[in-house]
Amino acid sequence: MSPVRFTRVRTAGLAGALCVALLLPMAAGAKPFVPDDDGAVLERLPVKADPALAELKRQRAALARSPMEARLADAVARRAIAASRASGDPRYLGQAQAALAPWWNVADPPAAILVLRATIRQSLHDFRGALADLDGLLAARPFDGQALLTRATVLTVQGRYDEAKRDCAKLARLAAEIVTSACLAGPTSLSGNAEGAYRALASALSRADGDAAVRAWALTLAAEIAARVGDPGAADTHFRAALAADPRDAYTRGAYADFLLDEDRAPEVAAMLGDDVRNDALLLQLVLAEARIPHARAALDAHRADLAARFAAARQRGDTVHRREEARYRLEIEGDAAAALALARANWDVQREPADLRILAAAAKAAGDAAARKAVTDWIASRGLEDRRTALLAGAQR
Amino acid sequence: MKRLVALLLLLAACTATPVQAHKSSDAYLTLIRDGTALSGQWDIALRDLDNALDLDADGNGEITWGELRARRADVAAYALARLVVSAAGETCPLTTTAQLVDRHTDGAYAVLMLAGKCARGGATLAVDYRLFADLDPQHRGLLNYVENGTSRSVVFAPEAPRQIVGGDTGGPLAQILTYVHEGVWHIWLGFDHVLFLVSLLLPAVLVRRDGAWQPASAFRASFVDVAKIVTAFTLAHSITLSLAALDVVALPSRWVESAIAASVVLAALNNLVPVVAGGRWVAAFAFGLIHGFGFAGALADLGLPPGRWRCRSPASTSAWNWASWRSSQAFFHLPSRSAAGRSTAASC
Repeated sequence: MSPVRFTRVRTAGLAGALCVALLLPMAAGAKPFVPDDDGAVLERLPVKADPALAELKRQRAALARSPMEARLADAVARRAIAASRASGDPRYLGQAQAALAPWWNVADPPAAILVLRATIRQSLHDFRGALADLDGLLAARPFDGQALLTRATVLTVQGRYDEAKRDCAKLARLAAEIVTSACLAGPTSLSGNAEGAYRALASALSRADGDAAVRAWALTLAAEIAARVGDPGAADTHFRAALAADPRDAYTRGAYADFLLDEDRAPEVAAMLGDDVRNDALLLQLVLAEARIPHARAALDAHRADLAARFAAARQRGDTVHRREEARYRLEIEGDAAAALALARANWDVQREPADLRILAAAAKAAGDAAARKAVTDWIASRGLEDRRTALLAGAQR
Repeated sequence: MKRLVALLLLLAACTATPVQAHKSSDAYLTLIRDGTALSGQWDIALRDLDNALDLDADGNGEITWGELRARRADVAAYALARLVVSAAGETCPLTTTAQLVDRHTDGAYAVLMLAGKCARGGATLAVDYRLFADLDPQHRGLLNYVENGTSRSVVFAPEAPRQIVGGDTGGPLAQILTYVHEGVWHIWLGFDHVLFLVSLLLPAVLVRRDGAWQPASAFRASFVDVAKIVTAFTLAHSITLSLAALDVVALPSRWVESAIAASVVLAALNNLVPVVAGGRWVAAFAFGLIHGFGFAGALADLGLPPGRWRCRSPASTSAWNWASWRSSQAFFHLPSRSAAGRSTAASC
């Protein structure tokens, strides 16, 4: 017993604590060792800084005692999904799935469980499975608001905008105006009416108060639309407001980082992300930013090696959810256009968000691949997509 | 109103993009086989171990070396209870010889050094990996199997917890050889098939004459008789095995197993009270159809993940059949290696 906590650093926030834990392990899997001090801190658990995670842990313990209790399983899965969303940590997604284990392979679980299962499947990029769950649920309960919203999201990711809009329209009677507007803004802004979608969303935002997470979601959407149509001033304002409403949200931070990179504001990306590099997507953005900052060489080398190791680990376990990020890494960091194009193509077959089209366009341009470029321009023409930068990439070789 | 609140809570989960994430939960397992000796290393994330075993004894959100060291036995027991390595149907006992620490890109890992022994030979090893299957179905076990200087990677998921490694370097030919090997072992372990064949084959070499069993006089006649029966059996079970493996036909295993048991009894009774004499190959064919469904169950036990089953099955299934045929023949040549001597009955 010699509790000498020599690595203990008192820091107010989560980020500080995490970065200390993560500065050390940059060299991945170097060589196993025996620490020479019992007090040496090996790992800092995220639960420490987050009361919601402590509650999740408590609920999971209760569920372990009675795993068939649907209400308890529902609560655990919900909380775990929220944790996974906030942190971008897939381990929580696995915990959510584990909570639903008794119903995971069952044909007709209770409605509340089914919508959670669909949400998890969506997050694992099993869009077909998610849609099958939601179709079944909505056939039985056509006005389940959560199911409608989730299905609209999945349909939007797949580029099925008309169907998504129909689901969103049904939400009007079931959810707050801001939820309906945000739901509609996604598919509407991607199918020829970015301006209208933006105006409707902005006006709903001006009337809405309430839940910070919902506001942050709507504000991020507004920012992304503004960025696509080429209004960086509005985009920046919305992004900042979104981060003020929910500063920890990993998606918003990532979207803002993308925007800043586009605007040649790389130093701000590095400043915002700091050393919070547990999230793969954020680590990629940090690497992209550091590659553009002349004096960030040392940090870049370490982060780049770390990122490459994570892509390798994901490939080893057979994951395909990182293809968009990996395509970008191959193209912008390694300059391997052919590999980037193959990844971007495979990714595009599965998910069709603006960012997926953008990397496909960039890789097609770099590789000089006319067929891939045509696929991009065809999509833009057929859906009426308004995305200034993607259009530039696709049209530049004409 | 309540509904709306629930809606908002989950909202966070389904905004524009699916989760793009930190690293998922992986554990890195290396197994090295050298003769009968097994050694290895198993890296397991402290976060995952804490999830299962509450390593953070003082609850301050930090795992110290002291806390991990104090739970060494628990960690080893927990992990080893979820990893079974066996050779030729016999478990190779594993122990941990040391506990260390390593850093991976997503944090600190406990490193268990492993040692074990596979007393029985056999070119292949069956590895059954179920770590964290109940706590995080997205966990993957990444095995690096090393033998004779070549290594091979295998991924374990809860849907595919059992895999066969070894006796190959990973190519398609090697896969086929692996299945040949497994097919041979399967026949030896599943003594119901062997008993059935013995019952049918006995009259080929032992002829009932004057109320007593006499050795058959002509080798040629015996050989032809044996070849006919074994070939009929192989053809028949190939048909049903293929149908089952390709999901064309699926029979409940309870019926299949019962029918296989009945076939053994009927074949044996036929020797005591001969009903079918010359046409035993017909019986071999008819019952072989049933045994084929049983083989399909065992093939599934070999750990082919559902997605890969279809694409691998043509080559692997014929390898399996060929092996079964071979080992039926081998059984005839080596009657002293009694299948009944084994305690483990395979599942079909």
